[in-house]
Amino acid sequence: METPIISVRDLTVRYGSHRVLDGVNLDVVRGEVMVLLGGSGSGKSTMLRQIIGLERPYSGTVHVLGVDLNRCSAQELKAVRRDMGVAFQESALFNSLTIEENVSLPLRELTTLADPVIEIMVYIKLAAVGLGEAGKLMPRELSGGMKKRAAVARAIALDPEILVFDEPSAGLDPIVAAELDDLILFLKHTFQMTILVVTHEMASADRIADRIAMLYQGSLIAIDTKEAFLASTDPRIRQFLDRKPDRIAESTTVQQRMREFAGITVGGK
Amino acid sequence: MKVLEAIGNSVIRQFAYVGGLTIQFWSGLRASRRVLPVVGKRGRWRTAMRQVVAIGIDALPMIGILSACAGFILAIQVAAELRRFGALQLVVNIVAVGFTRELGPLVTAIVVSGRSGSAISAEIGTMVVMNEIDVLRTMAVDPVEFVLAPKYIAGMIAVPCLTIMSNLFGILAGAVFMYFSTDMPLTVYLKAVADAILLRDVFLGLLKSSAFATIIVHVGCREGFKVRGGPEAVGQSTTSAVVKSTFLVILADLFFTAIFYMVRAE
Repeated sequence: METPIISVRDLTVRYGSHRVLDGVNLDVVRGEVMVLLGGSGSGKSTMLRQIIGLERPYSGTVHVLGVDLNRCSAQELKAVRRDMGVAFQESALFNSLTIEENVSLPLRELTTLADPVIEIMVYIKLAAVGLGEAGKLMPRELSGGMKKRAAVARAIALDPEILVFDEPSAGLDPIVAAELDDLILFLKHTFQMTILVVTHEMASADRIADRIAMLYQGSLIAIDTKEAFLASTDPRIRQFLDRKPDRIAESTTVQQRMREFAGITVGGK
Repeated sequence: MKVLEAIGNSVIRQFAYVGGLTIQFWSGLRASRRVLPVVGKRGRWRTAMRQVVAIGIDALPMIGILSACAGFILAIQVAAELRRFGALQLVVNIVAVGFTRELGPLVTAIVVSGRSGSAISAEIGTMVVMNEIDVLRTMAVDPVEFVLAPKYIAGMIAVPCLTIMSNLFGILAGAVFMYFSTDMPLTVYLKAVADAILLRDVFLGLLKSSAFATIIVHVGCREGFKVRGGPEAVGQSTTSAVVKSTFLVILADLFFTAIFYMVRAE
């Protein structure tokens, strides 16, 4: 097997005494779509911030493209970041810049290309995400789905090898979310990118994933191909797949408490 | 014991704050080179010029009115005292020297701190909350160079310029007062002003005002970068940016004035 493009080893992250991630190991292979699944509070956002080098771990290592993110020089880190595009959850477009300026920002900052070249490249990237005509608009004039696509265009502006998505379908209706899933697949096939998607949406994972990893309370409980993952019998995974709540509040109790509450209010008058 | 602990904690926090500010100051200074025209990064200088408009030109009406008011107040207050000694013409000296050395830089710094210090911290704080700063970092763009440095350069240009305008308005207000109280014509007044102030006073005033600009921009940025959480944290950051920068401006003013006084006394 070839060397993994992202390699996480024994990653432990603590906030105070609370362990958010506990000895996580994960390898992402070149050219695959890896979906990192997990419920709220499972540590998946923390893991994402570690992989994109925004936070330092308590212990363990994160290698991206063979570079240890926490022990490399500033120059090496810069090179890795050029090769890694990140599309954040709330799109995080610069609100004071137009869509074009947003997408051109990495090109202007990190390359010495001439302005006309940048203009053409920006148009190509915007067209690739289906926003060819929206370049002159401000972020606030776009819908949620368009904003996310613009953020993707910005993330792929420098043709990165790795693309990281944080909750691509959060806050989108199922149709737009599906469009975004298609976009991810399109990018994978067209640009041969390695894609890491952090999400809690099973439907989206089902559409795009080659492999699925699942975080549960800070530990990785499964890394498997999609098919094997979907057939898993682990109760924690089944609970996630079958959308079962943790603790079913008994509806009669709830009703009774509400009635009591209402009764007290009425009686108090 | 609890009291001692609390005092110790707050002292440590103040030191940590000053330390963070110093680190930010040096990295800001290093990054400032990249803002300069021709030798710097493209686009940065234009951003800085846009900031000059926001910090400087937009503040001009307010600086003008406030300085004129302050100059008039100063003239009236000292005139009441000086009249008793029959030394009313000294009002000119006091207004001229008082403004170039002290009031001009101070009035400007307080207005800029209220207008731009708060705006800077709100802008950066919002960028932090909206993950925009994280995006810059993942794009391998240094937030200090991209966000802070243009504002710093802009502040270093705009605030001394505003100070000169403030001096001008303050001294002209003195002229209005002198004209109406003693019928002193403008030409005579201006000649008296020119006799009263030394070029050194003007330069020291400008030196002070660039120190104030440094404080305002860096405190504003520091408070912005420190924001964690949601919109209410942005609100708190703007308040503390204004409070802290005004406080530090006055401390720095005392420091500079004392140094200048001692140098002159020797």
